[in-house]
Amino acid sequence: MTAAANAREAILNSVRSALRRGPLDDTRRAELDARRPRHTRPAQDEELVARFIRKFESRAGTTARVASRADVPAAVEAYRVEKGLPARAAVGAALKDLAFPGLEIHHEPAGISETMAVSQALAGIAEPGSLMMASGPASPITHNFVPDDHVVVLDAGAIVGHFEEAWEVLRARPEGMPRATNIISGPSRTADVEQTIQLGAHGPRRVHVIIVG
Amino acid sequence: MEIRSNEFKQRAVFAIHDASLQQALGKARGGFVGKRAQQAAELPEFEQLREEAKNTKNHILDNLDHYLERYEAAVTAAGGHVHWARDAEEARKIILDICKRVDAKTVTKGKSMVSEEIGLNEALIEHGMEVVETDLGEYIIQLAHEPPSHIIAPAVHKTKDQVSDLFEAAHGGPRKTEVPDLVNEARMVLRDKYFRADVGITGGNFLVAETGSSIIVTNEGNGDLTQTLAKVHIVTSGIERVVPTLDDATLFLRLLARSATGQETETYTTISTGPRRADDLDGPEEYHVVLVDNGRSKMLGGRFKDMLRCIRCGACMNHCPVYGAVGGHAYGWVYPGPMGSVLTPLIKGLDNAYDLPNACTLNGRCASVCPVKIPLPDLLRELRHMQHQQDITPVMQRRALKVWRYVATRPKLYHALEQVGARFLSAIARNGSIRRLPLASGWTDVRDLPAPAGRTFLELWQGKRGQK
Repeated sequence: MTAAANAREAILNSVRSALRRGPLDDTRRAELDARRPRHTRPAQDEELVARFIRKFESRAGTTARVASRADVPAAVEAYRVEKGLPARAAVGAALKDLAFPGLEIHHEPAGISETMAVSQALAGIAEPGSLMMASGPASPITHNFVPDDHVVVLDAGAIVGHFEEAWEVLRARPEGMPRATNIISGPSRTADVEQTIQLGAHGPRRVHVIIVG
Repeated sequence: MEIRSNEFKQRAVFAIHDASLQQALGKARGGFVGKRAQQAAELPEFEQLREEAKNTKNHILDNLDHYLERYEAAVTAAGGHVHWARDAEEARKIILDICKRVDAKTVTKGKSMVSEEIGLNEALIEHGMEVVETDLGEYIIQLAHEPPSHIIAPAVHKTKDQVSDLFEAAHGGPRKTEVPDLVNEARMVLRDKYFRADVGITGGNFLVAETGSSIIVTNEGNGDLTQTLAKVHIVTSGIERVVPTLDDATLFLRLLARSATGQETETYTTISTGPRRADDLDGPEEYHVVLVDNGRSKMLGGRFKDMLRCIRCGACMNHCPVYGAVGGHAYGWVYPGPMGSVLTPLIKGLDNAYDLPNACTLNGRCASVCPVKIPLPDLLRELRHMQHQQDITPVMQRRALKVWRYVATRPKLYHALEQVGARFLSAIARNGSIRRLPLASGWTDVRDLPAPAGRTFLELWQGKRGQK
């Protein structure tokens, strides 16, 4: 037996011996695999979009709401101009159906000097007011963390109430779990110097959500 | 990291006289406690969730072997690799071998207490690698060549001035003095490291058996840059961190940020599943998880099983009067405060951490805020009992206990001595307190002893009954 297999068996045996039993039988294992927990979900009595906006903005995130997907490029441009950012962006290929006139865009991963990224969220979670991003060829992970400004497109209909409903969205994906599921609740922050909250620690300094619908 | 827990008393005295440390601790003290209390008050289900979290953890621990096997199978199915390490040495070797195989020169690290526990940084540096801590707090203490003093706020013992000095020395001037400038300077320096890194190492708050995922929770985003931009992502985690499903992880996520930093949620919750997919544009090419036992499976069998429920939120130390007075370094190893006082003797040996279970007033605040209801004072008391049974308790203390037992089992003698003692203490007191007391300088050197009223409780009680 290899050293690695030895360590594995030794640890599992040590666990079982501490629990004063041998390996579980197939019946018990099947029971455990069939277990579907129903933990308490904090009560909510607020409309989902309103709650998402209230919660997301409570942590220094910003939001805008547009009527349709065709309005997204204008909303992105308005944000860019307001913040005085250069006319370029890394845009997730999930948004390649949209034209961004006046903006120099690419669909590649974000480089070290990337200033702005525009991404499509898989879902919003109203409970804490957070975005759920699923990585993939149309949604690189670096877009979520490298640029100073992150603009995220979120369909109003994709906002769910609790985390558990967001997991159902992930489970329903034909391609299964992505490499990275990023739940983002606002701009990057730190309190590591004298407990003083400072935005823009390592990730984006600003996160702006454009809610569609 | 070498254990220095047996120097607790000297280090505590040193800490109390360290003006910078006292200044830093003073700033931290109220913040965590107040914010946690507010979050708990704003969530009506909070107490219900604590009870469910305790029960769910107990269920997991009772079936730990099964969930670990399911987790391993799911990681493998997603294209990742699981490694098992019985102890710190095996864990270091596994990680070193991976780093050497990919010829790693720069290793970035997100915050991981298990990596501190196994002494990983020293081992990587010894083999010629550049190791960069990327959590701002961890980065600060790496520059200071110090271990963390808190499990979620590793540089809580540093003042802004000290951070300014460290940054000026490491990055060159001009010296920054404001928090935004200091944070920005670290951001710029570390950015380059993320992009150059060969291996990125993070911890794992939760390991999900259902999906084969590891979950990290951060505010800064450093863990994400660490694990995304490096070619290889290695997760270090204890075997007890596995949870069956994403829904179970959610139960603990609802408690973690609220208990730890007093936030409703941290900024980033990241679920990592396997390496980058074939058509992905970024993400690591390899994904490894190192499951570390290091004494945990042994704890599962006895009275310290409850300790394995710990989700490393730090609420116990935030609410501990002893931690609040001396800070984390006095504890002499990786885990400070109440949870550290239980874990350190169990992992490193009872005789290597004699003072820790005794550096506790048994006030119970830690247990009252623990999100998974670990009875920390009971466990500390149990450790004291074990110390006594194994003859680790100092001879003088054992003799004193014998004398006390002799007296306490003879009520007449006990009351007589009590009356003498109460009157004596009352007589030597000035303005209700005693400044100096023979044989009790350990107490009176650092604080006054409140004087008793002169009569014992029993005398007062009998007097009251007599009146009726």
